[in-house]
Amino acid sequence: MNAKFLLVCITGFFFLSCSNSDSDTEEAYTPVPYSLQIPLLFQDKLIAPLLSTNNPLTEEGVALGKKLFFDTKLSGNNTQACASCHKPQNSFTDNRRFSEGIDGVSGSRNSMPLFNLAWNFSDRFAWDGKELGLEKQALEPIKNPIELHSNWADIANKLKQDPEYPTLFLRAFGTSIIDSSYVTKAIAQFERTLISGNSKFDQYLLGNATLSLGELNGFTIFMSETKGDCFHCHGSDNNPLWTDNDFHNNGLDATFTDLGLGTVTGDPNDNGKFRSPSLRNLTFTAPYMHDGRFTTLEEVINHYSEGLQFSSTIDPLMKKVGQGGIQLTSQEKLDLKAFLLTLTDLEFINNPDFRN
Amino acid sequence: MKKCFLAVICLVLILNSCSKDNDISQESVGITLNFNHSWEGTEVTNVDFDDLKFTNEKGDLLSIKLLRYLISEIILTHESGVITVLEDYNLVDVTNNEGLSFTTTEAIIPGEYTRVTVRFGFSDANNIDGAYPDLNTANFNVPGLLGGGYHFMQFDGKYINSNTLEAPFNYHVISAIDPTNVNDPVDTSFTLNIGPVTVGGSTAIDIEMDISEWFKNPNTWNLNEKDVNLMGDFDSQLLMNQNGASVFSLVDITQ
Repeated sequence: MNAKFLLVCITGFFFLSCSNSDSDTEEAYTPVPYSLQIPLLFQDKLIAPLLSTNNPLTEEGVALGKKLFFDTKLSGNNTQACASCHKPQNSFTDNRRFSEGIDGVSGSRNSMPLFNLAWNFSDRFAWDGKELGLEKQALEPIKNPIELHSNWADIANKLKQDPEYPTLFLRAFGTSIIDSSYVTKAIAQFERTLISGNSKFDQYLLGNATLSLGELNGFTIFMSETKGDCFHCHGSDNNPLWTDNDFHNNGLDATFTDLGLGTVTGDPNDNGKFRSPSLRNLTFTAPYMHDGRFTTLEEVINHYSEGLQFSSTIDPLMKKVGQGGIQLTSQEKLDLKAFLLTLTDLEFINNPDFRN
Repeated sequence: MKKCFLAVICLVLILNSCSKDNDISQESVGITLNFNHSWEGTEVTNVDFDDLKFTNEKGDLLSIKLLRYLISEIILTHESGVITVLEDYNLVDVTNNEGLSFTTTEAIIPGEYTRVTVRFGFSDANNIDGAYPDLNTANFNVPGLLGGGYHFMQFDGKYINSNTLEAPFNYHVISAIDPTNVNDPVDTSFTLNIGPVTVGGSTAIDIEMDISEWFKNPNTWNLNEKDVNLMGDFDSQLLMNQNGASVFSLVDITQ
């Protein structure tokens, strides 16, 4: 009797063990680590990108994130995706002053381009820095009533019913759970792979391209303390991000209708401050500024040249505000624009890995 | 007999192991440098920034928006005469409350040091254009047009000018470039002499920057004459260097 009982127990354990084993096999799929392709100049000049320790990049996670980024299932009426306002051909912004959500309602901020996000070491995203971390940032547009206007329960249901997603989530994260946490993790992984570092100017720095006299003169204006003085906020030949990723009041308005960083911190000294955007890919990112008020690069340059407005929080680096700006000549403006356009990265724009 | 021999071997190994542990800990000490800031003795932190609340020696009311500076090359002279030069450097970012406390990473042998110095900025030898990825990422570079390398200090703010208007100032310290001799920059970094220091397992040196001294001694700074575009102003850089000599002071050394 005891021997029979023992046999039954062993058999039971055996089957139980087999059952667990099958489940483990399904859930224990190990995603393949993703190898981030970091441009040579970034390797030489910058510290390593900021990657999440609890959301490591994997081939499966990035692929899932890309699929989600372009999927209209993430909107309330299945008409828009992240890519609707962050188009690859526009350096992951769009060409509208204010993007329209699924209900045709516009916001009050220009859609930000998306690239080199893993080098934003403050980890504060959006024009006003309100989003801490890429994963958290991706939560917001989904439920925003003037953007994708959906809710996470509906999205989870739609993705669970999809013939492909359950397997993709399982392979990316080892779980059959589909929720906001894993969706945003996947999207953040894809966004971290959006690296732009191969412009004509990058090639010039690497010794593989030459610049025209106008482009070189434009670079000199950019780097000159007494001319453009752009380098204090927008990087340099030694900082190929072309942004300091910090927040500044660049003299757009004498009074504010949008408080920017001040809305987030509650500090009046932060009113009117917005993130310095990278100057890469300006060819594709018009209109410009947080509210898309300037439709051309000429207008942007004119602003810094003679359009500065004084306000209490204007950055001290806007040092010529008393004279309206840095007072560039027509030729200097042309040259500065010519230099800025050397930061155009066609390889990034046309990269099939970033296209749907 | 065999058991006794084994016990002796074990004891020797244990004792030897203890001795090595002690040696390692003695060879691995670092020094912590803490940077405090004041305006004529009153503590200043980033909470005090952006308000017109400071008055400089000339009498100009001013605010601080940005203050960050570079510390490098800690040199320790041991009582035996041996000199240790640490290649560590640190960006003190008062605006973002970062780098205010910094522990050296290179090993220092504990003991009595007759002289310890810390450098403000980079020496010419270390001021290598684009060589420091963390400083590049922090956007602390100096354009090649102005000699390249790095800022030693960025100190931005606003003051009430002679027309009673708010005006910006950018008190940026870099290696000075003489426009008549652009290939031979004048090293405007300088050393702060901390004096004798006993280095133990947890030595901390508290240093204070009196920000007001940048405008005071020996040159009374007139912001109405020198407020912006100072990086390329050779004479201003030399004056800043002179004023810097009295900016730092030793507050305390603790063990």
